[in-house]
Amino acid sequence: MAGAFERKIHETLADTRLQQAVYTATGRLKDSRLAVIAPHVLPDYQELRAHAHLLKRHTVDHLDHYLEKFQRNVESRGGQVVFCNDGAEVTDFVLALAKKRGARLIVKSKSMTTEEVDLNEHLEHHGLESVETDLGEYILQLAHERPYHIVAPALHKTRYDVAEILTRRLNAPHETKIEKQTAIARAVLRQKFLAADIGISGANFLVADSGAVVLVENEGNARLATTLPKIHIVVAGIEKVIPRAQDLAVFLKLLARSATGQLLSVYTSFLSGPRRAGEIDGPDEFYVLLLDNGRTKLLPDSAKRQSLYCIRCGACLNACPVYRKIGGHSFPWVYSGPIGAILTPQFMGVSREPSLPFASSLCGACAEVCPVKIDIPRVLVELRADVHQSEARQKRNRLEKLAFRLFRWLMQHPRAYEWAGRLAASLANSADGGWMRRVPVLLNVGPVRAWLSQRDLPPPPSRSFRQLWRQR
Amino acid sequence: MSPNAILDAVRAALGRSEKEPAPDPPPVRLRIPDVSLESRIASMTTSVEALAGRVLRAPTPQHAGRLVRERIANQNAVASNSPYLDECGIRGLPNVHSGITKPDELQKLCAAADVGITGVDYALADTGTLVVLSSPYEARMISLLPPAHLAVMACSRLLTGLDELFTLLPDPAVASSSMVFITGPSRTADIEQILVRGVHGPGEIVIILVG
Ligand code: SF4
Repeated sequence: MAGAFERKIHETLADTRLQQAVYTATGRLKDSRLAVIAPHVLPDYQELRAHAHLLKRHTVDHLDHYLEKFQRNVESRGGQVVFCNDGAEVTDFVLALAKKRGARLIVKSKSMTTEEVDLNEHLEHHGLESVETDLGEYILQLAHERPYHIVAPALHKTRYDVAEILTRRLNAPHETKIEKQTAIARAVLRQKFLAADIGISGANFLVADSGAVVLVENEGNARLATTLPKIHIVVAGIEKVIPRAQDLAVFLKLLARSATGQLLSVYTSFLSGPRRAGEIDGPDEFYVLLLDNGRTKLLPDSAKRQSLYCIRCGACLNACPVYRKIGGHSFPWVYSGPIGAILTPQFMGVSREPSLPFASSLCGACAEVCPVKIDIPRVLVELRADVHQSEARQKRNRLEKLAFRLFRWLMQHPRAYEWAGRLAASLANSADGGWMRRVPVLLNVGPVRAWLSQRDLPPPPSRSFRQLWRQR
Repeated sequence: MSPNAILDAVRAALGRSEKEPAPDPPPVRLRIPDVSLESRIASMTTSVEALAGRVLRAPTPQHAGRLVRERIANQNAVASNSPYLDECGIRGLPNVHSGITKPDELQKLCAAADVGITGVDYALADTGTLVVLSSPYEARMISLLPPAHLAVMACSRLLTGLDELFTLLPDPAVASSSMVFITGPSRTADIEQILVRGVHGPGEIVIILVG
């Protein structure tokens, strides 16, 4: 697979409309966040971050303890917890349950964890209808694409793209007004909600002491998916657990602010088990599937372990100059941006996409915005070391080494250095603008060409410093 | 508990043994500011209005009942079984269905209704949030399926924020299988980041503060 990452990057860089869309959207999210963490709005922001970090560290360091506690408490309230090693076990569980209950229609609310294991595709492959109900996710499901951004999945789609998709897939009238498009989706999805047999959700938090699942959203689709169907299945990563409900006072203040610049998301649901005696509505059955899918591999190294503190707010994507330039689909897996750059190599092995940990200038913007204070640059550096140890990088290293050897030689030989500078200057004078692209065809190949396709260097001065110095 | 390979892997990775206790977690961090009722009302109003919701004041429960009657006019409404709505004379209003205890019947009514009317357990002034726990008095669907949500509450239920709520309710799971926070009307910005209200939940929210 190595190489796909680079190819995708070039596609994105060549698409100016997409570049503009990603840059504007992430810029807006960035500004909204800044407005609601400002000291006059949230004076104890830094303290909350520090506390959130401590809570996550404590829980992940004693993960077995809190998972057992969570399981006990869910079961004491009439729910069931199932530990799943991978996506196949999740699919098998859902299929078996659907078969037992004669269920056919599943409504899903947004969940990165189910994206991780391609749950929809697997369920549909077995003849169940599984519908995404978050507006952005629904559009992407219709378009057969994966999320572009952790919190704004369809960030790369314009209203014209959406009009196209709705017409083609739903036979809806061609409609380019966003409000009307939303109304079309709402009407289709409302019928699905009312008829659904099973609702599947992710979880933003699992509360160990309460045996509760916490869901945060703006549209109301997660509430519908977890309220109307008789069966609610939660699919969550094992790292989502927190000790107590009271800790939500810390996390909820950080999550929506960091994600979308809201004080709180529109809906926060705190769900602990099936409908109880006397309660009027809610599901009769409640299952929590706790997914490993490689997470335990992140635990042994105490520095890399912090990757599991992530609350999927997406702030690091919006802050990252690389994500803002290359976009979400360049990344090889469902998690993109800085968090994707540290999760993907650890889940999939560093050799899957060895350039990934290097696609960062280590500028630190991600660590600065992370509400749980994950030191992403530090983890990236550790992963780079891993890559260097792995074989995959070695071949490509040769070229890099050659370039650096040439550079060293030039630096050690002033004559040759000056000559190279003059050559560059004369080239630059013979062309205006984008001079590097006009270097002799002989040189403009392979990595040089790739490098030049989206960039240029300022042209060198016609007379070098050395020349000026001599003539002084 | 049955043997569990994932928990075993977690323990092995963390160097922990089975049933090894964990030290106490970092202390609970809850800070309740001292805010007068008038300021809480002002802050609730500002926050809700910033989200395009509306806050109405009613000096008495009867007055609240009249405001609700005016809002629903000839529309179809479903009201929860909250005793507070009774006190306001809302459950007996014309065009208002109430007293439903079966989920299927409630779903049908809510799916066809123009307005859902509920009480609330608490509200959080600093974020403009309603807090509703599911119970025989409050169903989950009424604030969710109809395109408009009317919430009627006594001012005394107005808390400062999350910290005060979690001080009063250290574990909401003890009281109910479902607690929901509602902060403004349902919304999305999934297409071109243009804000659209009422995508799945109610696009209109009106809060009547009594007292
Ligand atoms: S790594 Fe931090 S900033 Fe990035 S998504 Fe996770 S919690 Fe948010």
